[in-house]
Amino acid sequence: MPRIDSTNGPVWKRRTTKQQWAIWAGWLVALAITAFAWQRISEKTIWFFVQDAPRQAADIGSRMIPPKFSYMSKLWAPIWDTLNIATLGTVIALVIAVPVAFAAARNTTPHPIVRTIAIFIIVASRSVNSLIWALMLVFIFGPGVLAGTIAIGLRSIGFCAKLLYEGIEEIDHTQVEAIEATGASGPQKMVFGIVPQVLPTFAGIGVFRWDINIRESTILGLVGAGGIGLELNGSINTLAWTQVSMILLVILLTVVVSEWVSAKVRGAII
Amino acid sequence: MLRLEGLKKRYKTGDEALKGVDLEIPDGQVIALIGPSGAGKSTLIRCVNRLVEPTGGKAFLGDIELTNLSSSKLRKARSRMGMIFQEYALVERLTVMENVLSGRLGYVGFWSSFFRRFPAKDVQEAYRLLDRVGLMHMADKRADELSGGQRQRVGICRALIQNPDLLLIDEPTASLDPKTSRQIMRLINELCQERGLAAIINIHDVLLAQMFSQRVVGLKLGEIVYDGKPDGLTPDVLTEIYGEEDWEATIEKVDDENELESEA
Repeated sequence: MPRIDSTNGPVWKRRTTKQQWAIWAGWLVALAITAFAWQRISEKTIWFFVQDAPRQAADIGSRMIPPKFSYMSKLWAPIWDTLNIATLGTVIALVIAVPVAFAAARNTTPHPIVRTIAIFIIVASRSVNSLIWALMLVFIFGPGVLAGTIAIGLRSIGFCAKLLYEGIEEIDHTQVEAIEATGASGPQKMVFGIVPQVLPTFAGIGVFRWDINIRESTILGLVGAGGIGLELNGSINTLAWTQVSMILLVILLTVVVSEWVSAKVRGAII
Repeated sequence: MLRLEGLKKRYKTGDEALKGVDLEIPDGQVIALIGPSGAGKSTLIRCVNRLVEPTGGKAFLGDIELTNLSSSKLRKARSRMGMIFQEYALVERLTVMENVLSGRLGYVGFWSSFFRRFPAKDVQEAYRLLDRVGLMHMADKRADELSGGQRQRVGICRALIQNPDLLLIDEPTASLDPKTSRQIMRLINELCQERGLAAIINIHDVLLAQMFSQRVVGLKLGEIVYDGKPDGLTPDVLTEIYGEEDWEATIEKVDDENELESEA
């Protein structure tokens, strides 16, 4: 933008001198904030514990090895619960997310007021973490798998609906126009013009969220909402470290398998 | 027969795309609508089937007034007008057959179309049309696997299976190579002859317009400035429609074409 005429012809620079100084000033401020924050944290840290940390970590690590493989017999049921929480939660979320997404997308919403409500549902669902949903639902439904499933479902509605409505807004309008021009009714326009265009997006979102939910549902047991987290919590509380390492191993394997499955499914759809 | 009486369209931006167009197209006549970009050609045909709502004037198909129809009657009227698009506008992820059958949506109920249970007569007609345009073997392919020319043929089938009285054709060749363009235009022309269909073809290519239509209408800034025979397009007329340019080359080429055509 800035052009400086010199004797050797025009010189071009990316920024004006003023802009360049402003950027340097910005870096200086960032540095000052970092230094100040570091100082505050240092003041409140008990350095003895930090120095001790490697030894403590090594200690816990040694207590965790070897994992208690015999404990596996007690883990099959909770890991099955965990998978069910994730899968059912995702299904519930998708069923609710579809109408919400169509109501939220600018090109399919029946009315701006409906759109506002749909956007509110999305924001409300997304702003609360599934662990917090679970915490509240355990009070309502009592501890167990049901609370966990609904918590996962509620948290996922917003995620799925948001991505889906963005997908709906990005469709090619001429394809819809062509269907409309044949004399198709509103619902037919949806089925022939819009749904085929967003179907891959929908499937991709569903698998992606299922993948995330498997990881999220492993910790829901910490607040009593069922699944393998319940065992994890119990094992930590009783200082049964070999069981803890076994559980972490199982969670790791489950997540790896779910990653693999979702990658395969997504590859097949797109 | 299509009749436009003082058709007007003013967009929300304030642009006046159509300034009162009067036009009458008898049954079975194929007209080419030419004019510079922004002249209102696309707006004109979209105002006929009301994909764009006209802001004034009237449009009649036969004795039905299109411009004041309720939405259910509009659906019925739309099913009598086939539309063909520049970028084909096929539903990319549906099969060729589904795309063709979607032309019947104005005639079948929701659940039949949802489960793709179209009447046997429609399915037979779809196969017949695909055979007519040489795409029988492509019926089960997905639309996005087809080439441009093939897609446009599917687009033509989708419009024809509506069994329309009128075809609205928006730049059918703008995305095609010169040879395919001619083949498509020839096909559209033949099909209109076979079925005695009236058609409005928006087209940029003056040459093609002259070769494949019985009448040319020139639109400029929302007004008709030429309406007559294809060979009446003299340099003066083209200057009137498009503005100052050396038109001799275009006209000469047309003559060559005609000779070639007649020799062949």
